[in-house]
Amino acid sequence: MKRLNLRQTGLTLAAPVLAILFALIVTSLVLLVAGDPVGKVWSTIFSEPKPRTLVNIVNSGSVLYLSALAAAVGFKMNLFNIGVDGQYRIAAFVAAWVAGEAWLPGFLNVLLAVIVAMLVGAFWAGIAGLLRVGRGVSEVISTIMLNSIATYLVAWMLRKVAVQGSNNISTKPIPESSRLDGFALIPGAPNHIYTLSLLAVIAGFFYWALLNRTVFGFSLRATGQSETAAVASGINVKRMILAAMLISGAIAGLIGMPLLFGSSYSYGVTFQPGLGFAGIAVALLGRNHPVGIAFGALLFAFLNEQANPLQIQAGVSSEIVNIIQGVIVLSVVVAYEVVNRVNNAAEQRRVAAELDTLRGAKTPEAVA
Amino acid sequence: MSVPSPVLAPEAPAPVARRLTWPWVLIGIAGLILVLALVRVVTGADDVASSGTLRAAVRAATPIALAGLGGLWSERAGVVNIGLEGMMIIGTFGAGWAGYQWGPWAALAFALAFGAIAGLLHAVATVTFGVDHIVSGVAINIIALGAAQYLADLAFTGVPGGGPTQSPQVKLMPSFDVPGVADLAETIEGKHWFFVSDLAALVGGLTSRVSLLTVLALLVFIATWWLLWHTTFGLRIRSCGESPTAAETLGVNVYLYKYAAVIISGACAGMAGAFLVNDATVYRDGQTGGRGYIGLAAMIFGNWRPVGLLAGSGLFGFTDALRLRSGGESVHALLALIGLMLLLVAAWLFRRGNRVQAAAAALVGIGLLLLFASTDEVTDDFTGMTPYLTTLLVLAFASQRLRMPKADGVRYRRGQAG
Repeated sequence: MKRLNLRQTGLTLAAPVLAILFALIVTSLVLLVAGDPVGKVWSTIFSEPKPRTLVNIVNSGSVLYLSALAAAVGFKMNLFNIGVDGQYRIAAFVAAWVAGEAWLPGFLNVLLAVIVAMLVGAFWAGIAGLLRVGRGVSEVISTIMLNSIATYLVAWMLRKVAVQGSNNISTKPIPESSRLDGFALIPGAPNHIYTLSLLAVIAGFFYWALLNRTVFGFSLRATGQSETAAVASGINVKRMILAAMLISGAIAGLIGMPLLFGSSYSYGVTFQPGLGFAGIAVALLGRNHPVGIAFGALLFAFLNEQANPLQIQAGVSSEIVNIIQGVIVLSVVVAYEVVNRVNNAAEQRRVAAELDTLRGAKTPEAVA
Repeated sequence: MSVPSPVLAPEAPAPVARRLTWPWVLIGIAGLILVLALVRVVTGADDVASSGTLRAAVRAATPIALAGLGGLWSERAGVVNIGLEGMMIIGTFGAGWAGYQWGPWAALAFALAFGAIAGLLHAVATVTFGVDHIVSGVAINIIALGAAQYLADLAFTGVPGGGPTQSPQVKLMPSFDVPGVADLAETIEGKHWFFVSDLAALVGGLTSRVSLLTVLALLVFIATWWLLWHTTFGLRIRSCGESPTAAETLGVNVYLYKYAAVIISGACAGMAGAFLVNDATVYRDGQTGGRGYIGLAAMIFGNWRPVGLLAGSGLFGFTDALRLRSGGESVHALLALIGLMLLLVAAWLFRRGNRVQAAAAALVGIGLLLLFASTDEVTDDFTGMTPYLTTLLVLAFASQRLRMPKADGVRYRRGQAG
């Protein structure tokens, strides 16, 4: 029994490693076929990161982590919040506007903006939640539509409140007193780790506690594993769906915060896009587990940052990193599925063997 | 103890679908033109129903309809395909890359092939390995986007007229006027006669400067309808989407049919990409702009049926065309149209005894009419939102009348039957 569990754990851990290796092989083949310098690409990506890059990895890793958590809350109950992208953009915009207006002094301003961001994110996700619960609209489609609507809405609002006179349209910059310096944790790096990267840690702990230490979390997981069983045991599935969407949206609202208070200080047309979809991939890679997601987020951040100099160093487009990431995600889910099947088959064999021995022990008695 | 039925999928008695016969379709089209004519005359926004707008609508609707057809193939076989966007992206690259070197037919062939390969990938993940369909689709979108951008950088950098994010000009599919009809329609449209001119505009929009690719898309549409609903092959595919275990018991090789459907689905999405490239005359990064998702929405809007899908894409195409042509003014006129339609819907709901919904529809309708009366134009950003907002509204109002294939998105493994 124990041996089998060990084997199961081993296989489960082997899956992502194998998937990453597989992705590296596939990417190498792509590079070979395309006639790009394979060795040069890998030596650039897997070179030792400079202190500056290291800080960037932690920063973008924490942002990816938040994004993945937002997606994972939904995944835990088979809810596909594809709309993390729209939720974080609209939340970051409103928060940037609020922070720029500086109604409260210093750190209170930061706190207010973070709360506003969570509320706005939850609101935007809540629309999809309500449509699902009230009208039976698939959240996949509604969140995709809401993503596009958010794009236009933010563009419109941005033009309404933009500061005049610069060619980069953006909200009013956050006052100096509310800017966060960050932590100089890594020696030799000129840049700092965002203060609000801490949000990722807090959110991660919250996520873990919510799922594993509360009745709500239990209901959430139960609904995800079998809706009929959940309904039969008295869980209000509609309420769960709405709650999960709201939490997911609130976490999504946090995604833009480290960046906003750590380096950009305003929301402009150049505010980092596309974090939502990357988060989905990271959540899948980490199997919706708070620690797994952390590894996934750091891996993705590592690949992103290390691929930046590819164009200069090896003359290869850094988009190659998207291929690596996509293949990792696809092969990791396939690998998990295969591991699952192998485990199930092993379990069946074990039970069959035990039954055989039981029957073998019984038969002589029956004869006697 | 009685187990309550699942809350989310209320097993409402399936509404008896009225057969969509040709007279009804024609009456519907006539009614639509009449309403458009009314809006044009009342609001004075001439571009609402000009042949130019309708031609632009057809151009905008075709790629969406093709992507939707892709969704139809795959979902009818029980595989949710959110990877359509990625398949379309890789299709645009294929069309751009082959198009500038060897002409339009090679562009089409490569777009079809690239899309089909992405479809094959989706089939391997979802059918063979039983990966969740949405998960696989998201992964395919990531891979396809990365691959297209990487390959574009590789293939087009340094080529005359091209760059890291854009291909050189591709050679175009020929386009033509339908002889006789197109000219006549244009003449009549110019007279601005009520209804007659609007009808002529529709005919003109459909018959002048038609790209051969549009005709091919129409053929694909007809072929899909015929194959899926009038052949044994299609019946088997649809049975895989409704009840794969039942299909298996009857000796259908479910894996094979699912594979076929998903690969065809990818090819359709690839063709949608080819259409975009042909329309823009170049490949460009980010050219699809989420049209794969819109195609999926159009298909759901159309209740997983070809004619409905066509209506859905038409709606998207039309709003998109209005936005592109005279933007604010036309969409402003459209506000009145939607307001009127909502009032009609409200009256219909009221007659059926559905008071609450009727009140909601009437309220929104009156709100839109008031908005129409109190403003002069709609900001461009809101015009851009129109198709997405419309989809959301339609889904919110109609989703309970929709019926997707029963085993859509459900994991199936051989030998489950029994």
